[in-house]
Amino acid sequence: MSKTDTSQKDSSQLRQKTMIADHFTRLSKAPDTGEKCVYTYVPGNLTELLRAFDVLPVLPEINALQSGMRGKSRDFIAMAEKQGHSEDVCAYVKSDIGMQATGNVGPTGERLPPPDLLLLSYTGCFTFLKWFELLRERYKCPTVLLQVPYQGEGVITPAMRKYVVDQIRDKVIPELERVTGRKYDEDKLKENLRRSAKAEDDLVAVLESAKNVPSPIDSWFGGVYYIGPIFTAFRGTQDAVDYYRELRAEVEERVRLGQGPTTPDGDLGEEKFRIVVEGPPPWTHFRELWKMFADEGAVVVASTYTKVGGTYDLGFRHDPDHPLESLADYCMGCYTNLNMPTRVDMISNYVKNYKADGFLINSVKSCKSFSAGQLMIMREVENRTGRPGGFIESDLVDPRYFSSANVKNRLESYFQMIQQKRAAKEIA
Amino acid sequence: MRYAVGIDLGSTTTKAFVLAEDGSPLGRGITNSRSNYDLACQVALTEALIHTRFALVAQALREQGVPEPRAFALLADLERLFRREQYRGQIEVLARVTREVVGRFGVEDARPAVERLLSAMDAESDALYAPGASRKSDFFRDLAGSRWHALAEEDAKRTGGGFDVLTALFDKAILEVENTPWGESTFETFVRAAMRDALRIAAADAVPLERSVERAVAVVLEKIAGVGTGYGRARLPFPKESIRSEILCHGLGAHAMFPGTRTVLDIGGQDTKAIQVDDAGIVTSFQMNDRCAAGCGRYLGYIADEMNLGLHELGPLAQTAERTVRINSTCTVFAGAELRERLSLGEKREDILSGLHRAIILRAMSLLARSGGVHAEFTFTGGVAKNPAAVDALKSLVKENYGEVKMNISPDSIYTGALGAALFALRDAKARTTAPVTGEVAA
Repeated sequence: MSKTDTSQKDSSQLRQKTMIADHFTRLSKAPDTGEKCVYTYVPGNLTELLRAFDVLPVLPEINALQSGMRGKSRDFIAMAEKQGHSEDVCAYVKSDIGMQATGNVGPTGERLPPPDLLLLSYTGCFTFLKWFELLRERYKCPTVLLQVPYQGEGVITPAMRKYVVDQIRDKVIPELERVTGRKYDEDKLKENLRRSAKAEDDLVAVLESAKNVPSPIDSWFGGVYYIGPIFTAFRGTQDAVDYYRELRAEVEERVRLGQGPTTPDGDLGEEKFRIVVEGPPPWTHFRELWKMFADEGAVVVASTYTKVGGTYDLGFRHDPDHPLESLADYCMGCYTNLNMPTRVDMISNYVKNYKADGFLINSVKSCKSFSAGQLMIMREVENRTGRPGGFIESDLVDPRYFSSANVKNRLESYFQMIQQKRAAKEIA
Repeated sequence: MRYAVGIDLGSTTTKAFVLAEDGSPLGRGITNSRSNYDLACQVALTEALIHTRFALVAQALREQGVPEPRAFALLADLERLFRREQYRGQIEVLARVTREVVGRFGVEDARPAVERLLSAMDAESDALYAPGASRKSDFFRDLAGSRWHALAEEDAKRTGGGFDVLTALFDKAILEVENTPWGESTFETFVRAAMRDALRIAAADAVPLERSVERAVAVVLEKIAGVGTGYGRARLPFPKESIRSEILCHGLGAHAMFPGTRTVLDIGGQDTKAIQVDDAGIVTSFQMNDRCAAGCGRYLGYIADEMNLGLHELGPLAQTAERTVRINSTCTVFAGAELRERLSLGEKREDILSGLHRAIILRAMSLLARSGGVHAEFTFTGGVAKNPAAVDALKSLVKENYGEVKMNISPDSIYTGALGAALFALRDAKARTTAPVTGEVAA
């Protein structure tokens, strides 16, 4: 990796870091400044609408994964278990509950404000419901549940759309007006949506750059950083627009130079394996797992996890001309709200379009909305693409469920299996 | 003679398989995986090369016109006497180390007893390796350990001395004995010692025997390639490109043993693997047990300990069951608790054991299903394939779920991974156009 390259890479990274730091500082000061805070989740978040009310979003599962990456989740989980949560409860929930029980100090070391409102878009994760019931119990604050119909038939019908739009107009907006004391300003929402669509265009360009050989990015380990701003508190902001414009330029420069992705341990050498990954990463062992991939020359060229906060690469964009309808479509289009055949289609297309050697499933012990049906998905995708599937098991933020030796053994076997198949093909 | 070697470093045992340049099997060796992995590999390789040289002796006997049954008998005697000399050689090392340990720990009072034990063990070696005598294990640690403990108990009873001190001394010493590297000329040293008695027994065939042994000793064995596999493979003294996953090695090894193989089940000490291979032995899909080791060989080891039985006694005892008790727990430790509970309820040991064997195989069935099912031919490998009750349970469950499927079990199934690794080594050697890289000579 050249010197100039490092500084280019750092430029968007630094920008993101500053954005996040500023946001958390603003959150920590909210009790003094009087800014209102809403706790909400990544899939189906209504950030543009919240921002139209000048409300600050807090994403509990992002805080949980940050706790996992920073080695704090183990103690938080232990604390939640002490309070009576079972070992089988989602580790995100327990990490968050543990964090709240110990002072609600967030990932940047600053205290998070209590919620003024809990806003839940129900997009395929039943646990979210229970999670907010626990938070409501703690904070005694108003709660809004936006019912998002599952795409059981693989399509969004006009009736489904109307059902969600009606709820946004009749339930969500009035509650936000009540909590903030402001009137709903549709022009402001439209402005936010316009900026969202711009950033979404650039994000898709970044993710699709992985169709190049070699891929300039890693779409899972690297991808989780790229989706950071747009999946969380920043969609619809000028900061997000600037970040994605800059990131896209960096990535396009890497493509022009024929460069592969960078990893925390430096430049990835030769690209030996192109892999599609299904499932979230094990946050507690994120770096370790990345190194296992990098050591084998394996690059993730597409992942489903980078679609949990929106399937923009399938064509969806927020649309200022149809503000509430596009928010509704956004919620219904999140990855975990898609039925199994659609997921199989998506992964199979990734394998083909990104010229992948195979696809790997990271099955997460405490996440049912991801893990359900994964073995069926694996068989189906294998049949359709003729590419081998691999399977590893770990957890989101519970470090007890990550066995390094076992995961490494399976990964090595998997990559060697691809290698062996490739060699056999060359001989034939 | 040039050879390629595959080494499978497992959690319980380390195996080596030696192939000639033309791919024909030459020899194989096994040892217990001690804390020193490098040494375990070295010992397994030395054993495989000893086995190779015995094969060379057999070949030389044939070439000299000694008829097959006679050659077989001569070889059996020679190998038995060789093992006796090897055992004595290790007792010598044990004696040296134990004497030193006595001094180091200042337990001079125990010295006379130690000397009595050592000379008794040496004296016993003739009987231990007499024609037709059976031994509980092939590993020095187990053999010497069981004799030492028995003799120490007797000695302590007779003299009123301390049994615990003697046991502790052995435990200290055996670690060092095991970690004492073997010399480069192990075969030559012990075979020459064995020849004294072997020639006498051979009588009229003494001349061809001596010639054959000398010929085998004279062969220079030159390693041209090596591949390592198994759980400890990262620790093997091989470069990274010479290390293969045991999944691939088991797949290829099973294919080499039974070319019709399409599904492989390997139940080892700490993991279970279900592997699908194509008609060339190339792995197409696999599943392994996850974070939990229930359903692996260690499960049976744990149960054997709980029941105060030897591992090899479990299967035959379970086969005498009249009914199979349903064991609900999939957890090794819970199964132990369930075992005690069932015993206290008056269930028969063999019936519970039968249930435990079924439980372990049920876990394997789930992995098999996840890997893509069971297809003919089906090859069962790993240490657990030696357990007849596990084999019975597997047969019946496969039949229940997949119908009649031809099932293969090789008596050498424990070497499947090492054989696969050796085949990979040979392929690597052929792929290299340059001359051999190393020329290690051992045993």
